[in-house]
Amino acid sequence: MSEGNIVASFVVPVHPHPVLAPDQNPGWKKLREAFDQAAETIRGLDVDLMIIYSTTWPSIIGHQIQSDPNPEWVMVDHDFHDLGSISYSFNIDQDFAHAWDSANKKRGLQSRCVNYKGFPIDVGSVVALTLLNPDNKIPAVIVSSNVYANRSETTVMAKACLDVVKAQGKRAVAITAMSLSNRMFTDFIEPSEDKIHSLKDHEWNQKILEFLSQGRLEDVGQLSRTIQQQIRVQKVVAFKPMWWLSAMNGNRNDLTGDVMAYEAIHGAGGAVIHLDPTPSGAADKEYDEEDVEYFHGERGVLDAVEDATEIDPKVPKEQQENGPELWEPTQTAGSVNTDAAPKPVGAYPHARRVGDMLYLSGVGPRQPGTNSIPGGPIHDENDEPLDYDIRAQTHAVVENVRRVVEEAGGTMDQIVDVTTFLVDMKRDFAGYNEVWAETLGKVGPTRTTLAIDALPTPIAVEMKVIVHLNN
Amino acid sequence: MGKGKIVAGCLAPHPPHLVYAENPPQNEPVAEGGWEQLRWGYDRLRASLQDIEYDAIVVLSPHWQTYIGTHFLGLPHFKGLSVDPVFPNLFRYNYDLNIDVDLAKAIHDEADAAGLGVKMMTNPDFRVDYGTIVTGHMFNPSWDKPLVVISSNRSRQYYSVEVMQDMMIELGKVTRRAIEASGKRVVVIASNSLSHRHFTTESEVPEDMSKEHITSHAMHLWDMRIIDYMVKGETQRILDEMPEFTEQAIAESDGGAFSWLLSTLDVPDYPAILHGYGTIIGTGNAIVEWPCHKYEEAEV
Ligand SMILES: [Fe+2]
Repeated sequence: MSEGNIVASFVVPVHPHPVLAPDQNPGWKKLREAFDQAAETIRGLDVDLMIIYSTTWPSIIGHQIQSDPNPEWVMVDHDFHDLGSISYSFNIDQDFAHAWDSANKKRGLQSRCVNYKGFPIDVGSVVALTLLNPDNKIPAVIVSSNVYANRSETTVMAKACLDVVKAQGKRAVAITAMSLSNRMFTDFIEPSEDKIHSLKDHEWNQKILEFLSQGRLEDVGQLSRTIQQQIRVQKVVAFKPMWWLSAMNGNRNDLTGDVMAYEAIHGAGGAVIHLDPTPSGAADKEYDEEDVEYFHGERGVLDAVEDATEIDPKVPKEQQENGPELWEPTQTAGSVNTDAAPKPVGAYPHARRVGDMLYLSGVGPRQPGTNSIPGGPIHDENDEPLDYDIRAQTHAVVENVRRVVEEAGGTMDQIVDVTTFLVDMKRDFAGYNEVWAETLGKVGPTRTTLAIDALPTPIAVEMKVIVHLNN
Repeated sequence: MGKGKIVAGCLAPHPPHLVYAENPPQNEPVAEGGWEQLRWGYDRLRASLQDIEYDAIVVLSPHWQTYIGTHFLGLPHFKGLSVDPVFPNLFRYNYDLNIDVDLAKAIHDEADAAGLGVKMMTNPDFRVDYGTIVTGHMFNPSWDKPLVVISSNRSRQYYSVEVMQDMMIELGKVTRRAIEASGKRVVVIASNSLSHRHFTTESEVPEDMSKEHITSHAMHLWDMRIIDYMVKGETQRILDEMPEFTEQAIAESDGGAFSWLLSTLDVPDYPAILHGYGTIIGTGNAIVEWPCHKYEEAEV
């Protein structure tokens, strides 16, 4: 199985005109041609999943994920019913939908799958799948836009999706069905009269397109709230699709962007944009928002009383009840300790220095502060096995090693010997080995890898590290 | 042909939970009851109107959302399956309903003449919105009266509550004129909740009534204030306070149905009958009747 990743992203408009009436207006025709070209690009990428975030599917009870393997119906738009009907019969990746739903819950989100005959699939999703996946060869998955969700919830939901993309080794395309400016004319117009609703909307759209053509997706994500105030009718509480798409691309600002078409649909800004993950080289980025991994927000109005226990809200319940007690690191001669590494599970320091040698205690992937486990724990509080991501865990171990080594004033290239413990050699060796090659493998320490029965916390990998601090 | 007449006006909200809890044969999911306060309210509303004769029901539901003008269902018959996109676990209803196309067209034409943007919806594949279907079922489960179904123009989202209300007051006036000119006896219904802040979680058993309550005290106070105005016959005050109510109670009056109803009833100054009040997944819902037939008899 190859490593899963997002091989392309697209922004596409939501109204049915490019499907039903491309010949009535030259702009609608251009959007249609761009859709067709995007479908061609996707075909050439040998993709095995299309992931759609649709702004025209609002939800209230968390996020909803379509999981009917073959939803079929006839869609008629609420406003544009006179343009005609769109019959659909889609191919949904039910396994992926279920795995995403579980991954959402693992990261603290409210989420559910919907699998009901006759479920009204929204216009944005119907248009996107009809035009981008005309022969239905590529399985798809669709997620709703929660009306109450804000940036952290939307970002974490994207990360949960990536957890599954990686775990299942998918080559996936991420698509947001959305308008740029979404103000339509509020009266009926002839197709030939169509244009962007106002000059102000057009100017903001141009700014968004300029950013995206330069691959500056995270910059647009960080402007989401401003864009919402400036050029969006307040149908929902925020302009969320760019948060989701940016998180799906690792919050990067150096993608390769291509604006394939930009035209008006009854006054709204419709664009087909391709974002290729190939680095463009222009990577300047302003980080002014938290890179959140787990959703801590309280949305449980129903169970507010029962939830108000003494448990530290920063530590997910699943992990708090699922491991030994945490200790403050011991402090004796030569001890090296840091708040940047996770708390020990017994009376020992993070590392001990003897001359210019540094010996680290066993390092796992737990995150300092929250105690959460990137890639997820290997079992729940009832010892029921969970699907976890060994690559994410291994990356987190290496990061924790770096924090301790740097606390002692050392650098990664001074690591001389590593002993790795895996709880499931058969399942995890390949993933662990890949991450090793990208990280410590480049530094050159000797290595020994052992299979062991268990570790004290629900993690799959731990490393014992020796460093020679030879300045 | 005699002068047409509005025999009753109703506030009749559409949470799918109510149909779910009733277990009618048309709905696929099965419930163990729930939300009885509101369902008894609907029982009282139906009983109150059972001896009143009428020809058609005119309903405005916030779930047929149009951004370009106000639309009217324009074919005599609609049949299909309605699945609530937010609560598909509760509502998958096989509907089969008739439209009074003549009356719909009459209101459409009157609105057109008054300068409002309007359109008849004549695509046979169109799915009738679940708000109309829930209210239609709870008000008249036998579906033996034709409907006029009016879309909810989203001018509140585009502009403001004030602009929405101006449009809906105008639409109410033309609705009333068209009904009077039609010679028909008609019930007019606004299908909406009052305060509308939902829970964002659902209990394991959706009909578990130990989990049901209003989302917040502020929402309760707003609902009681609006109910008080209705039962005292002070509906002009509701129109005056509509911007604050709609914004602070996140009320479903944002869809315009409530303002349209009060305008269609000519801003009644006689007391309305409160048939029931209850919460559904945190939102406030009142079932209210304006017994126009008693107060407007002199006009006939
Ligand atoms: Fe509603």
